[in-house]
Amino acid sequence: MKTGGIFKRIAAVLGKSGAFLALSAVLAAASVLLSLYVPILFGNAIDLIAEEGISFAAIFGFLKKAGIIALVTAILQWIMGAVNNRITFDAVRNIRKLAFEKIERLPLKYIDAHAYGDLLSRVIADVDQFADGLLMGFSQLFTGVVTIFTTLGFMLFISPKVAAVAALLTPLSIFVARFIAKNTHSLFKKQSEIRGEQTALIDETVGGSKVVAAYGYQERGRARFEKINRELETTTRKAIFISSLVNPTTRFVNALVYAAVCLVGAMTVIGGGMTVGGLSAILSYATQYAKPFNEISGVIAELQNAIVCAKRIFELIDEEPEPSDGTFCDLPEIKGNVALEDVCFSYSPEKPLIQNFNLKVSPGQRVAIVGPTGCGKTTLINLLMRFYDVDSGRITVEGENISKVTRSSLRRGYGMVLQETWLKTGTIKDNIIMGKPDATEEEIVAAAKATHAHSFIKRLPQGYDTPVGEDGGSLSAGQKQLLCITRVMLSAPPMLILDEATSSIDTKTELRVQRAFEKLMKGKTSFIVAHRLSTIMSADVILVMKSGNIVEQGTHAELMKKGGFYAELYNSQFAH
Amino acid sequence: MKNLLQYFKGYGREAFCAPFFKILEAVFELLVPFVVAAIIDAGIPSGDNGYILKMCGVLVLLGAVGLSMTLCAQYFAAKGAVGFCTNLRQALFDRIQSLGFSERDRLGSAAMITRLTSDVNTVQSGLNMTLRLMMRSPIIVFGAMITAFTIDFKSALIFLAAIPVLTVIVVGITLYCIPLYSKVQQKLESVLLSTKENLVGARVIRAFCKENEETARFAELNGSLCREQKRVGRISAAMNPMTFVVVNIAIILLIRQGAFEVGSGRLTQGMVIALYNLMSQILVELIKLANLIISVPKSVACAKRISEVLETKPEMANGTATECNLKAEYAVEYNNCSLKYGGAAEASLENISFSLKPGESLGVIGPTGCGKSSLVSLLPRFYDCTLGEVKVFGKNVKDYDLNALRENIGFVLQKNRLFRGTIRENMKLGAENATDEEIISALKAAQAWDFVSEKEGGLDCDIEQGAANLSGGQAQRLCIARALVRRPKILVLDDSSSALDYATDAKLRAALSALDYNPTVITVSQRVSTVMHCDRIIVLEDGRCEGIGSHAELLETCAEYREIYESQIKASEGGESA
Repeated sequence: MKTGGIFKRIAAVLGKSGAFLALSAVLAAASVLLSLYVPILFGNAIDLIAEEGISFAAIFGFLKKAGIIALVTAILQWIMGAVNNRITFDAVRNIRKLAFEKIERLPLKYIDAHAYGDLLSRVIADVDQFADGLLMGFSQLFTGVVTIFTTLGFMLFISPKVAAVAALLTPLSIFVARFIAKNTHSLFKKQSEIRGEQTALIDETVGGSKVVAAYGYQERGRARFEKINRELETTTRKAIFISSLVNPTTRFVNALVYAAVCLVGAMTVIGGGMTVGGLSAILSYATQYAKPFNEISGVIAELQNAIVCAKRIFELIDEEPEPSDGTFCDLPEIKGNVALEDVCFSYSPEKPLIQNFNLKVSPGQRVAIVGPTGCGKTTLINLLMRFYDVDSGRITVEGENISKVTRSSLRRGYGMVLQETWLKTGTIKDNIIMGKPDATEEEIVAAAKATHAHSFIKRLPQGYDTPVGEDGGSLSAGQKQLLCITRVMLSAPPMLILDEATSSIDTKTELRVQRAFEKLMKGKTSFIVAHRLSTIMSADVILVMKSGNIVEQGTHAELMKKGGFYAELYNSQFAH
Repeated sequence: MKNLLQYFKGYGREAFCAPFFKILEAVFELLVPFVVAAIIDAGIPSGDNGYILKMCGVLVLLGAVGLSMTLCAQYFAAKGAVGFCTNLRQALFDRIQSLGFSERDRLGSAAMITRLTSDVNTVQSGLNMTLRLMMRSPIIVFGAMITAFTIDFKSALIFLAAIPVLTVIVVGITLYCIPLYSKVQQKLESVLLSTKENLVGARVIRAFCKENEETARFAELNGSLCREQKRVGRISAAMNPMTFVVVNIAIILLIRQGAFEVGSGRLTQGMVIALYNLMSQILVELIKLANLIISVPKSVACAKRISEVLETKPEMANGTATECNLKAEYAVEYNNCSLKYGGAAEASLENISFSLKPGESLGVIGPTGCGKSSLVSLLPRFYDCTLGEVKVFGKNVKDYDLNALRENIGFVLQKNRLFRGTIRENMKLGAENATDEEIISALKAAQAWDFVSEKEGGLDCDIEQGAANLSGGQAQRLCIARALVRRPKILVLDDSSSALDYATDAKLRAALSALDYNPTVITVSQRVSTVMHCDRIIVLEDGRCEGIGSHAELLETCAEYREIYESQIKASEGGESA
């Protein structure tokens, strides 16, 4: 995306708060002008002090005016701050909303191909960084520009000569700051590289602490850590020191300018070109005039960073969503007829996976998918659920091409239990009713009893209302699995997809769950990715997969007779 | 918190010098208004250009001296803060490494990683800022006041009155905002959690067609974050306008007072301007302070958390024995062992006893959470048993030096992990001097050589973080190989072939029983087929031993074992006889 495009996008997001933007601009101009007017009044008052026969009334007049203006300025500043906050945080909320909505609509292909951490940091850290830049842009860049022009105007008004000195010399500080920033960039880059390396080491040694202990890696780990730590120290010290030079050097440039203004100003006063009060005011303006220049390099860096972040966020927001199915109809009532016709599919064109695959499943039939570890058994699930679309051929349910009906009607037809259990934060109950939000208390308990989850749930501190922490929190793998099964049990869909569903439940419980599943599967079309021989043998069709391809297809007896890959796989269990 | 001071060791000079030079710089800056006053009072009335030029020269000189002081201060601050945190990070790392697993479980590994990374970094930037800037603001503020006293006592009283008011505003708003900021942080975390959940659980959410509901839930969290942010923003935005008003009121009072004083001849016009400038300086300084002060409570909170970890004392005492007696009758003995984890209500293991002669094999089977992993984790002293004793080659494990004890054990963990680096580096984890032949033979036994040799680079193939470029089964086999490279006297396999298919699992078992150094093997599994060929099998349930004996014996005597066996194997026996 081009930078110009980014600005357009940012403008579009901000456009919704157009009125507030205008208000912010007006407030910025007004508060800057007023705050700069105050020193003039003070200057006038001080001038009066000098003259013989002090007019207290006139002085107090100026002071009163200054007081009122200061108060009004403060109020305007505060409102401006609040308005800027509002614009920024509303923009942030809207961007996050857009990003999240996009995540919910992205093809799984995109989500699978991107690390969660990367997508997360776009929605969280990048948006935050963008907000910081935006807020800084509003509060500093805007007022900064107004300040520069108005102080310059005031200075010109008081004394063009002195104003010229201040105006021309002050920007020097920008060059100094830029020069330093350029040199620190590479140091900070190196620092973050070393930090990354150190974090990886920490993650390994702390996260894998038992491995470290079991293999006596402590001393070597410590030595590695110490080395990286010292390297980090040297680089960080340099980076921090050099970057911290910006402030004092710009201040020094300012001090030089201040001295020059003082010199020229004093000479002008002697020459009668200006009053002492004028000098006092111009010195104060010179300081104010310098401030935006001192801050500008920081603001520009922050803005550049914000633009980079905005780019990353908008890339996500602009990602192509799953094709809309708004105009499609729902599937008719599902009986369980599923057919795959000449299906071809691969994750990447170079590596063809499933080719011209045909399968016809009648209602109530059980399809077992077997094969060695990592042979791509889950690919079939991806296709059946339309997490991925087939490259060619078609998959039909009740004779309807599944890519021509709504996704929701297809997916509601399946009950799915994946190998990696996933629970959402919420209560146990929230998790069970995912597929049937209007389930009654009795139905929930009945489903939990059927899967033997009830006995452990009722022993939890708050029973069905016990909150489940992030990623299942303190529940064991088996308990999580039971909850996922209960979830499907409750919603009772016409078709089932079970991905090694019972592999992490202990065998005793499994036996019971198996019986419950038998009940559940009765009359339902089911696809089971299975390791258990008992499940495999009771299947109507066994699909044998190897390196992503379906190599054999048939019943247990047929496949044993054939003496192929399945027979080899089967016999190996009793190899001893 | 005080215990952290020791990490200034070696950087004491820096910690002292940074604020010292900062103070000097502030002092030089405070002199500027005097020089300007001199120009106005002495230079201008007399029209002495030479004097004015000289005084402007003094201004430049003050600037230059100020600059060099600041450079020194910045240098020492950077060196001190970075050095302190380098020491701190090392100490923290060492402390964490020295902790036993009971303490680590309590702290949590995510928390420990955060302490070592972002928390230390936050302390570093907070400390650097404190050394550099925090000293400056109070000095300028109080210095301005003291300077005011040297000019005129009565006018200085205005400073004396204004400063407490300003302090109340700055400190008050800061303190008020701290809890609000942490609330914002919490809300942000819930937004993060919701996003993460929707990425990880994308399949399930879509399977249940929950996209719209999740979007609504997110919108609610997001909206509530936005509201909190605006609230805290509104309040913190009041700080600068309020200080602005107070300082300007003080200036008004100063000029009013000055008018009387000049009228009565006690003050000059230049002095009034100097007082005015001093007050303006306070305002500028406070605005700077306001922008920085917010990072201080954050750093303090991080330092406190770090200090808590450093105060955690390892409970496990190390033994001294470094040699084990290979001639001992038993390689492993458990005598009435019980284990109760800290904070747990019930014991995880109760009264377990068994013994293994060198070369014998033991299978451990039982339902999830029955204590299988707890049982084997007593062997390398990941945990100490609360009652009873564990002996390795005739000696209590507590008498061994920890590393010496663990050197004899090849432990393959249930939750295993490979480190970043090449396959060869990973294989050498437990045996630094292993040759390629030794590594390859271990890989072959672990059924891993086939896929390793096919990988680009073979042994030099890089393993990505979290072993992302390996399948679950491949990672498990590499972990087994890593244990075999050590040629351990005792091999523990804690459910470490669960991701392997039956065929590979069977080949692995055959290879392990053919190892030439004949280790004592303990295999933990939920699969009967994995443990049924062991010399002895122990059946656990709820931490208790339900039976111990050979496969055949247990089928006769142990109902639990029979039930497991039947559920897994009997169903297929029909197929075998067919």
